[in-house]
This record gives sequence, C-alpha cells and structure tokens, in this order.
Amino acid sequence: MPDRPLARALIYGTLLLFSVFYLLPLAVVMLNAVRSTADINHNSVIAWPEAVVWGNFGETWSRYCIAEHCTGIRPYLYNSLLMVIPATIISTLLGALNGYSLALWRFRGDGLVFFVMTLGVFLPQQMNLVPWAIVLRDLGLFNTISGLVLIHVVQGMSFTTLFCRNYYVSIPPDLLKAARIDGAGFFRIFWRIVLPLSPPILVVTAIWQFTGIWNEFLFGVTFSAGQNQPITAALIALAVHVSEAPQYGLQSAAVLLAAAPTLLVYLFGGRYFVRGLTSGAVK
Amino acid sequence: MSALTIRNVSKRFGAVQVLHDIDLDVESGEFLILVGPSGCGKSTLLSIIAGLENATEGRIEIGGKPMNGVPAKDRNIAMVFQSYALYPSMTVRQNMTFGMECRGVPKREQATILDRVARLLQIEALLDRKPSQLSGGQRQRVAMGRALVRDPLLFLFDEPLSNLDAKLRLEMRMEIKRLHQRLGSTIVYVTHDQIEAMTLATRIAVMHRGVVQQFADPDTVYNRPANLFVARFMGAPPMNTVPARLTGEAGAMVATIGQGAAAVRLPVAEVPAAWAGREVVLGLRPECIAEPTRHFSDMDGATVTLDAPVEVIEPTGAETIVLLRFGGEQVLGRVAPDLRLAPGTNARFAVDTRKICLFDPQTELRIA
Repeated sequence: MPDRPLARALIYGTLLLFSVFYLLPLAVVMLNAVRSTADINHNSVIAWPEAVVWGNFGETWSRYCIAEHCTGIRPYLYNSLLMVIPATIISTLLGALNGYSLALWRFRGDGLVFFVMTLGVFLPQQMNLVPWAIVLRDLGLFNTISGLVLIHVVQGMSFTTLFCRNYYVSIPPDLLKAARIDGAGFFRIFWRIVLPLSPPILVVTAIWQFTGIWNEFLFGVTFSAGQNQPITAALIALAVHVSEAPQYGLQSAAVLLAAAPTLLVYLFGGRYFVRGLTSGAVK
Repeated sequence: MSALTIRNVSKRFGAVQVLHDIDLDVESGEFLILVGPSGCGKSTLLSIIAGLENATEGRIEIGGKPMNGVPAKDRNIAMVFQSYALYPSMTVRQNMTFGMECRGVPKREQATILDRVARLLQIEALLDRKPSQLSGGQRQRVAMGRALVRDPLLFLFDEPLSNLDAKLRLEMRMEIKRLHQRLGSTIVYVTHDQIEAMTLATRIAVMHRGVVQQFADPDTVYNRPANLFVARFMGAPPMNTVPARLTGEAGAMVATIGQGAAAVRLPVAEVPAAWAGREVVLGLRPECIAEPTRHFSDMDGATVTLDAPVEVIEPTGAETIVLLRFGGEQVLGRVAPDLRLAPGTNARFAVDTRKICLFDPQTELRIA
C-alpha cells in the first residue's frame, strides 16, 4: 500500500472512474424505468426523470403485449422460475454426487471420465443445438419447460462436477476409510459425512447455476415458443417492437424485473460466493 | 486362538513391490507392533489387514476366517487413524455412535455402550462438542472411543500418537498399555517410533523395504537383533556397530577392534568355529559401555575394563552419553549422570561383553 496520499487518490480515482463506466448502463436502465414515454421521447434516452413514475412496472408486469399476448412479463418470469429452480437443484446435487465419486472413490478410468466431463465446460453451446433438437424431439419435450430443465441439468453438470470434485479432493481420505470401517456405504457416506461438509461449495455452485441458467437465452429462444418461453427469450420478443414505437420506459422496467432475481441472489449470496471460491486456497 | 494370520502376502503398485512375502501370526490378546522407517510398507500392510487395500498375493485370516475379498465393514475390526479422521460435522457422541448406527444397533444399547466407553476414556464432558472444539489429546481419545464402542476381533492403530506433543504422547502411550491390559483385546499397531514398539508390544515385527526383518518379542528384538538393520533401527541411541576381527579358537574367541596399540580386544562366546580369523561387524549397545564401577553381572569375565579416548559428552540429566573411540572406531557409551568426563582425555570404561552381537559383513545377518 502506498503511503503517499496523491498516489492513493490516483488509485481510488481510477477505480471510481471504471466503476462509473461499468455501472452506467445499469443506471440508464434504472432511470428510464421510472420515466414516462413522453418524457423519454421529449428529452433524451439519457437524462434525469422529469418526474418519477412507477407505472411502467405495473404495465410491464401484467398488461404489456409481447408477441400478441397482452399478459405482461409475469408468465415468462414464472416460466423462468419453473425452469431455473429444479435445474439448479438437480444439477448441483448431481454435480456433488459426481464430484464425490470422482474425488473420493477412485476407480479404473476415473481420470478419463473426469476429463470427458469437464470437456463440456469448453464446448460452445451452439455446437449442441442440433443434438439437443434431436433429443428433445425424440423425448417429446420440444417447447416444454421440462425440456429446458433437462438441457440445463445436463449442460450444467460439467461445471458443477468440476467445482465439487475440486472441493472434495481436499477431504482427507482417512475420513472415508474410517466411515467404511464403521460400516457405511457409498450413499450413506455421501449423505452423512460429505454433504454436511459441502455448504460452501454447494452455495457457490448453486449461485453459479442459478445466474447462468436464468440469463441463458440461446436454448430458450431455440427450443421454446410463445407462452412457454423463459423471460430472457421473451425480452427478445419485447425488443422487436423497438423499431416500431420505442417504449424505453416499459422495456427498461421489464429488463430490471427480469434481472431482479439474479441481482438479489448476488446481493444476498455474493459473500458466500467469494468466500467459497477462495476457501480451498487458504485452507 | 489365532486372531490374525498373514500368509505370503505381497503387494505391488504397478511395477513397485511394496510388500514381499509377509508371514505373521498373532494370537488372541497379543499386542503386535509393526515398526519401521517411513516407506517400509507397514501402513500398507495395516490397510490390507483392514480391507482398505487388497493384497496382490497371499492370504489374510481374522479369527480363523479367510478375509480375502471381504469388505472392511464385514471384517469385525476397528481402526484408529493417525489423523484421527473424526467426522467434522458430527458431535463426539455422533462420531462414536455412527458405526453402531450403520450396523443397526438399537438406540438403547448404543447409549449404554457409549456411556461405558465415555467413562472408560474420561470424555463424558466432551460428548456434545464438535471435533474442531477439542484439543489434540481429546481428539485422540475420541478416536479411540470410536474404536472401543465396537467389540471387534482386532483393533488396528495407525500411528495414533504421532500427532501429539511429547508429553501427551507419553501419557497416551501409558494409557493405551493400560487399556490393553484391562480389555485384553488383540491389537495391531503401526509406528515408526521404536520406543513405542519396545514399550507397548508383546511382539514386534520390524519392517524394512517391504520385508519383515525380524518378528519376535521386544527383548529378543533388542538384545538379539536378526540383522544389522534391526540392530541400528531399534534403540536410542542405536546399537554401536564397528568392524572387528575374530581370533582364537571356538569357545575362547576374541574380537579385536582396530589395530596396534589402540586396539580393543573383547572376549566373545558361542561363535561358530568357522568364523575364526575372519572379519565381522561387532554390535554393542551403548548401555553396555559404562563407568568402571558399574556392576553388570556376577559372571566371571563378563565385564572387561579398558581405557578409551573421550571425544564428546552429552549430559541428558538421567545419564551422560559419551562419544568415545574403541580402536579408532566411534562408539557411544552411557555413563552415570553426574560423571563429567573431560573430552580429549582418556577415561576408564567397563564393557558388558555378554551382550555383544556379531554380524556377517556380507549378508548383515547375526552370527552370534
């Protein structure tokens, strides 16, 4: 740490500048969400509100028309929740189970299995579109929430397995030996000994999965349509109207509502996230 | 009854052979110690007994029943780990009852057994704590408690004291011995500490490079080591081993260390006649070299007194360790604590010749 106040001021100044730069789009969206359409059209897209109006939120929540359905974004938010909650829970638990078995129960070829599973981390999603189209068609899950849950569980497993496996390798092997001698089997050891040690990594993995799945839209746009779309896909439909008659206020409100869950998760869970990412390092 | 039988057990990890043809028999109620330097295979052998590893070849029997292929949980054993391996998220109580829970022991019976063992180990006050709230010694007790709630055919201890500080280690060592005397259980105990081996064992298996060097009771291992490795490994300070030459006839042979005026001559008994005139390695425990007033034995000629140059003295309080030279070779002696010999001068020493061991310099095996 430099002691000279000038150097310190320079550092803080630079950091502040970049923070402002980075947060500017969010600020614009937040300001526009509480401006009337007339205000935005009359002045500029970037300006302080003439008067704070809250009507945009109500309108966009339940009345605004998206692709001929005047239901607001509410049903799409529900779709997203119906998708993200089971997908996050299932992919996190499967990742924990995979990680546990890869880290603590060595078996022939475990290295190869781990390598192949984590390969999924590096594959671009676009590569999987056609295979998924075939799978969903054969399973009869096209244009369903369950179909998207399935996709996100499978797609997410590479990451969740990687996270959990790397956390579990730091569990001393003696613990497992003791449990085996005590008479516990694979699942009892997982349930009674390994899972109780896992909250730090489960929180990290769940936050990661929740934000990832919530914000994902490629699969949402491709494999769902109309009333079955998650919020991210619906927002795109919303943007289509921009060229006709821009309604920036409503759209900003919709974006804020759509981003609210991940923002809340970050605000409340971010601490655990940062702590969890470094917990292995300081141990 | 034979509690544990190990027959021709070998273990290979890939191309590396870590255990060669191990043969051991442990009677019920015995305290067997596997001792050796790190990497000698003792912990691997314990893992094989526990069923946590499989032997590449050979047979394991516990309580007369073949155990090859039997999983750890069905072997009727309990184990204490060096790291204690207490389940971090469970209380002491849960740690101790987990094994009974896995085996479906009724709750009421679990409570009775828990009570008895907690009292035995004096950990009643700790039952509701988590392992992270315990000191090293307390964790050690809990780890033992977890093993004692079972009534197994075999207790396995994997270096249970090596994570404790010196004072606590002594206490726990005594306590383990008392427990063994009280419960009469059969114990297989791994350690690299030869003092633990000497103090606790009824029988010791000294291991080196995956081979059992000697399998005998502590006195035999100490006084009649099977080879030079055992002679140098057991005892602190270890046995002096110096080159010597045998002369004379069977029944009246003399071992000579060094040459010329400084040479030291010691009578040795019971040497095969064929060794007359040959080079050997002479082994002598440091406590067999003492101040000249020391009385070793009433036997005629058992004690030889001689002069030797003193190089260094190390007063330990209980005794004084002396580095001196016999015929030019460095040897250690242990003299009375208040004796302060002057380094650089000659002093007189008494040598107990009954305890002399002789080794073949080629095979390193003991010949007498």
